Amino acid sequence: MTADPSIHAFTLAGAQLMAMGSGALWWPDQALLCVSDLHFGKSERMARRSGATLPPYETRDTLARLADDLERTSPRHVICLGDSFDDLAAAEALPEAERLWLSTLQAGRDWTWIEGNHDAGPIDLGGTHRAQVVLGPLTFRHIAEAGASGEISGHYHPKARVRTRGGSIRRPAFLVDRQRLILPAYGTYTGGLDTGSEPLSGLMQPGAIAILTGPRPAAVPMPRG
Amino acid sequence: MAQLPSSITDWFTSRGWAIHPHQQAMFDQAGAPATLLIAPTGGGKTMAGFLPTLAELAVDPRPGLHTLYVSPLKALAADIKRNLRTPVAEIGLPIRIDDRTGDTTATRKKAQRADPPHILLTTPESLALLTSYEDAARTFAGLQRIVVDEIHALAESKRGDQLMLALARLQTLCPGLRRVGLSATVEDPLAIARLLARHPDPCTILTADPGPAPDITMLATKERPPWSGGGAAYSIPAVLDLVKQHRITLIFHNTRAQAEIFFHNLWLANDEGLPIGIHHGSLDRQQRERVEAAMVRGDLRAVVCTGSLDLGIDWGDVDLVIQIGAPKNVKRLVQRIGRANHRYNAPSKAVLVPANRFEVVECVAALEAAQANDLDGDPRGPGPLDVLCQHILIAACSGPFDAGELFREMASAGPYAGLSRAAFDDCLDFCATGGYALRAYDRYQRLMQGADGRWHLRDPRAAQRIRMNIGTIQDTDTLKVRLKRDRGAKPLGEIEESFAASLTPGDTFLIGGEIVRYEGLREMTVEVTRNAARKPKIATFMGSKFSTSTQLSTRILDMFATRDWSALPGHTAEWLDLQAEVSRLPERDSLLVESFPHDGQEYICIYGFAGRNAMQTLGLLVTKRLEETGHSPLGFVATDYAVLIWGLDPVHDVEPLFDRQALRQGRDDWLAGNMMMKKTFRASATIAGLIERNTPTARKTGRQASFSTDILYDTLRKYDPDHLILRITRTEALRGLVDFGRIEEMLDRIGDRIELRRLERVTPLAAPLFLEVGKVPVKGSAEERLLREEAELLMQTSGLADLT
Repeated sequence: MTADPSIHAFTLAGAQLMAMGSGALWWPDQALLCVSDLHFGKSERMARRSGATLPPYETRDTLARLADDLERTSPRHVICLGDSFDDLAAAEALPEAERLWLSTLQAGRDWTWIEGNHDAGPIDLGGTHRAQVVLGPLTFRHIAEAGASGEISGHYHPKARVRTRGGSIRRPAFLVDRQRLILPAYGTYTGGLDTGSEPLSGLMQPGAIAILTGPRPAAVPMPRG
Repeated sequence: MAQLPSSITDWFTSRGWAIHPHQQAMFDQAGAPATLLIAPTGGGKTMAGFLPTLAELAVDPRPGLHTLYVSPLKALAADIKRNLRTPVAEIGLPIRIDDRTGDTTATRKKAQRADPPHILLTTPESLALLTSYEDAARTFAGLQRIVVDEIHALAESKRGDQLMLALARLQTLCPGLRRVGLSATVEDPLAIARLLARHPDPCTILTADPGPAPDITMLATKERPPWSGGGAAYSIPAVLDLVKQHRITLIFHNTRAQAEIFFHNLWLANDEGLPIGIHHGSLDRQQRERVEAAMVRGDLRAVVCTGSLDLGIDWGDVDLVIQIGAPKNVKRLVQRIGRANHRYNAPSKAVLVPANRFEVVECVAALEAAQANDLDGDPRGPGPLDVLCQHILIAACSGPFDAGELFREMASAGPYAGLSRAAFDDCLDFCATGGYALRAYDRYQRLMQGADGRWHLRDPRAAQRIRMNIGTIQDTDTLKVRLKRDRGAKPLGEIEESFAASLTPGDTFLIGGEIVRYEGLREMTVEVTRNAARKPKIATFMGSKFSTSTQLSTRILDMFATRDWSALPGHTAEWLDLQAEVSRLPERDSLLVESFPHDGQEYICIYGFAGRNAMQTLGLLVTKRLEETGHSPLGFVATDYAVLIWGLDPVHDVEPLFDRQALRQGRDDWLAGNMMMKKTFRASATIAGLIERNTPTARKTGRQASFSTDILYDTLRKYDPDHLILRITRTEALRGLVDFGRIEEMLDRIGDRIELRRLERVTPLAAPLFLEVGKVPVKGSAEERLLREEAELLMQTSGLADLT
């Protein structure tokens, strides 16, 4: 699978991992797929709170991309790394069609919802709910903790900017150094934090790399400003 | 020659006026079923239109509506009321005159329906609404004449089509109705005559003496115009000088944003404090009225304006018109020039100010065309079906109808003379069921057939909703701008919703000549504070840019062919000579494509001369083809005459890019998902009644409307691709924003004569395109290649390549 140009392979704490162009993380040895910050129901929440109207397509769009990745990798285990729902009310307000679709995606595999700051608390959907998960050398949690090692987290929606001769390109990115990996947001309509900003620039060690998502993920030294 | 009543001729004599020959001719023709008068502004056109009415009412002042006057502007209706009341009072005629527009109070409107005045002044939309009432027959009983003012302006848009359908309805109610159209100078009077007359009635065309030829020049400045842009800031000192030398100057601009920027710069340079005002459609109505009133009082020396002053009240004292930026269209230029010196028999004076180097060429071409009175115009084609749908619904509001009778009535309207019964039935079916894909939805089931075979509203309460949505004007969705903590105060003006969405607190922009700071959005109002900054963030609202007309583009190409630069200033002649030397000048019957490298990228420049909108569409279609053929395009930028495309690889074979079938295919499947097509769909769907902008409870904001229309559009494309409104959308895409018709026209013109010139560097004619704003990035393979290339380089140089 390493020859696949839509995947970038790397190692963290001895585990062979693959950053997918979609923003999902694939761990072949465990047949585990991990996605972060899905933010289902964002437009619904925006409409509820501010009256602004985003088109309601984003949940379906996110689900469609997730379905594609599940089909490509056929994982035994899926971890959603927190902030899967924009808030708990959004989880409850998920339309019936999307709920059904989600349950077909969950069928036949372990599904873990890790709690995030947006969706702390149990959700009335299939799967298990955990604050964090430890698997072999790796720990999955929503927000990175100082001093951790072998840690996989999300939360910050990192984006990296690369200047090319054809103009600058800014995309969601995986950030990786020797201790940790921070995942980009997988959900449609999520903003982002530049890699040069705190706390990302402080969390990531010197020598960290950023893997920009897209049809052909590209690794660059993490831009710091 | 018929004799006017002596009371009227005496009044003219007492004023020291003589009746103009065309006024007399209009009176002589008073019995004709349709008459079109072509006369310059200031020629007593309106009086010519009303003279037969005054004469008839002087002899027989029976009660009831006698004459209906329709104008494109509410303000004009109000102004005519004032101007007409004076002679009527002085002659002592027992004539009641009233106006009826969107601003008229409900009580007065009700009184007008029950007891109409002799002369009613109104707009096409208010008239359509009047015909939708059940008592329309009673309101219009006895109507003799209808006078359509500024018909040349109405003829250019769907408002004219709507008006002619309303006239067809009136003619059914009042078979003896006579029609009169008043028009400024136009290129094709016959086309307007056909629009006006009941099909197949003849229409008499009267042409007034056009008066002396206008005095038009191009501004000569020591400073050279810049290579690109539309601001014309270089001309400010010269323009101020001209203002000082004249009594009142109108300074026309092509866009509102340019008018704002120019006004701002003019103020900064206005050391003598000359009273100068600004007038455009985004300003609050009260603010516009204040400027108009100051003009009438003679308090202003100049007004910076846009098309908002193309029509309207006559200001006799205007003695100079300045046009900033190339006029893009000769007819509009001539009509604008007519705004200067509204006195008959005095030449109008106008100065053209090119905003950039290419516009120098455009201005000279326009000037020559205006002097030769060679006017341009694009024939509009048959009446659009979305307007027809709206009128079927309007007819249903006024009462049950027979399909055959309604078809015959509508086919008697000029724009719909060629309407087939099948097309009408399609529209009727759409109004009744919403079309195949929507027949399951109750809200689209609006008409049903009764036992007698006549069609009527399924739910009579729907009439209110239909009436609320009458009209064809697609005002871009705007938000009011108001000073913060000053909620009772008048708004400063309006800005486009999309422009408002691009602002973040702290941004500054221009409105009404003031720099304001964006503070936030509050209940659909943009809140701002005054700001003392000298340089605003650009005012990009209302970018309604005109495309250079086909005729003007042809004139420019003809000038290139003759290589006659005698009318051009030296700097521009040298520029064109240099282009001819290093490459070639574009020609009319072939297509020049230049290819050259620049700054690490590969460029092609296509000199299509098809106008801004068509060139923009061509840019989208060609870059799509380049992406498919692996040429990795990065972006493009379009002007009226060319499109410049850049990417990673040189293009060696350009002919396939202009394959007609492939371009059409691109329009049908790929362009179909484009925003411009969605915008086109939204306009037609709104007119045809598929989408309601106004409901009894609330007015939908533009954004809400666009979300729900986008969903509808996608649904129809997927499940009912032949739906009536999609067919209308494709027809509309030949013009307007998409303007595919002019791409076809270009292909016809060039045939298979496409010349690719490979050059070592940027050419003189292509250079200004590098400075154009509005570059469109292409997201595709080029970005992936650039990213990979840069990433490899970065990883190697940083030594991190081995880490992973």
